[in-house]
Amino acid sequence: MIKVEAVIQTSKLDAVKDALHEIGVEGMTVLEARGHGRQKGHTEVYRGREYTVDLIPKIKLEMVLADDMAEKAIEAIKSAARTGKIGDGKIFLTKVADAIRIRNDDRGESAL
Amino acid sequence: MTKTLIPRAARLRGGLAFLFLLCFGFPLTLSAQSQAPAPKAESQSAEPTARETQNARVTALELQVADAKSSADNAWMLISAALVLLMTGPGLALFYGGLVRKKNVLGTMMQSFAMMGIVTVVWAIFGYSLAFGPGNAFIGGFHHLFLRGVGLAPDPAYSTTIPVETFMVYQLMFAIITPALITGAFAERMKFGAMLLFLVLWSIFVYDPMAHMVWGKGGLLNASLGGAFPTLDFAGGTVVHVTSGVSALVCALYLGKRLGYPKIPMPPHSVVLSFIGACLLWVGWFGFNAGSALGSGSLATSAFVATHFGAAAAAIGWSLAEWIRNGKPSALGAISGCVAGLVAITPAAGFVSPMSALIIGFIAGVFCYWMVTAVKSRFGYDDSLDAFGVHGAGGTIGALLTGVFASSIINPIFKGAGGKVFPSGLIEGNAHQMLNQLVGIAIAWVLAIVGTLVLLFIVDKIVGLRVSSDHEVQGLDLSQHGEEGYYWETSA
Repeated sequence: MIKVEAVIQTSKLDAVKDALHEIGVEGMTVLEARGHGRQKGHTEVYRGREYTVDLIPKIKLEMVLADDMAEKAIEAIKSAARTGKIGDGKIFLTKVADAIRIRNDDRGESAL
Repeated sequence: MTKTLIPRAARLRGGLAFLFLLCFGFPLTLSAQSQAPAPKAESQSAEPTARETQNARVTALELQVADAKSSADNAWMLISAALVLLMTGPGLALFYGGLVRKKNVLGTMMQSFAMMGIVTVVWAIFGYSLAFGPGNAFIGGFHHLFLRGVGLAPDPAYSTTIPVETFMVYQLMFAIITPALITGAFAERMKFGAMLLFLVLWSIFVYDPMAHMVWGKGGLLNASLGGAFPTLDFAGGTVVHVTSGVSALVCALYLGKRLGYPKIPMPPHSVVLSFIGACLLWVGWFGFNAGSALGSGSLATSAFVATHFGAAAAAIGWSLAEWIRNGKPSALGAISGCVAGLVAITPAAGFVSPMSALIIGFIAGVFCYWMVTAVKSRFGYDDSLDAFGVHGAGGTIGALLTGVFASSIINPIFKGAGGKVFPSGLIEGNAHQMLNQLVGIAIAWVLAIVGTLVLLFIVDKIVGLRVSSDHEVQGLDLSQHGEEGYYWETSA
């Protein structure tokens, strides 16, 4: 099982969600985050004082998928979230030790 | 876990003392309140002649007309009083509240709201008497202690058509908002109890004398009642804005900067709230300025129009300056500009023409923008919400421009023997008035500086002014009031 974490532009959430649903991904967690990679922030001015805002709002998606599903999910996310400009985001993968369904006692891939 | 600021025994003593004062004051008020009876005409003879009947009817008619005029004036004045209170709550509370960080929103709003409660009580007991009662050139006295003699008959020195009680409650709203304005200077770092003590003392020792000098009977600066240095201040440019604004600067310097200022960014947590507050201030200001006509006649119209025009022109002035300097006109800038214009037009409202109001507003908008951006950053003081930059500076320039633009055509304030009308301001030909304006402004500055320094020192020694750095980091909402402004945690 693989955990897929994707940090994407906030405006791309709907597109990515739809793309993932289309390939059969059924479960995900969506978090509001702030961050930056190489993307520059912007400057705001209040009563003459300048404030540099370099933590930009982002969306982070987390999902744990079966190994074969993970690659399909990565392709779906990339095609839905890409604009070609700096700030598109990143995807990280980690191996998951186990998954458990709380409702019953399913463990492993059957819990996904 | 927040600790209580005053021990329980002391609070009990305080509460009992307050109740005692109230019980003592009550019978005094009831027994001593004088009410002048309304004169009634009665025909005397058993067989009234045609002449006598006619006279009686005319007299009755005259009374009805006076009654109608009084009703109209009183209606407008009561509405104006309500409008001015609206300026404090929620106008100023929102305007200031939106400008601070989220953790201080309630603390900031509480500062304005507390004035609504506590200044009212002090005003009722002796504040009105000090400001508007008979006394000397600098201060009233205790003639109207517990509002003795302040009833439903007019006080001809102030108005012949409205009950003096209306006048009293109208002026109360000014007494409330003035100290509330100062809170902008020490935002996010003043202890609640210390703020209460300081502002109550300020209201008594700075506001009441200034109000007396400019508006009170016998006041040194009173233009309507023959003061020695008649200062043209229609609705409180010097009394309200210069005093509070300059005091604000003193407070900002005395208390010092907020932790992390200016390195840590502290942008407003909600310009939306400030926007709403500013618009409430604009509308409420019609009560502040047009109500200062103390009647519903044409002078109120003059003041109303001048107020509105000043606000609009100033918003444009500030926005234009910002657009040129920064490339974008901000919403915060526009609303700050309109407030600056309202401040500047306050002393001028009932003395200047609509066109002059546009000019005054525009100048104030640009000037205050410069004060708040260039001057403040040059000197580095943390006047957190620009109480000095907008009120102190705006009030000063407004009072000066009043001397320039005041016109006897709008308001024949200076009259000689036989009703001869003298020119009011510089452009009209009365250059001397600029001197009087300077005297009034100077007195306001000096009174504010000296009074504030002394009172800050005293309160600092008694209770300490500033919150601890832990409390400042935690935020006033939690540390002073045990609350959070927005409890948006996700617990269903």
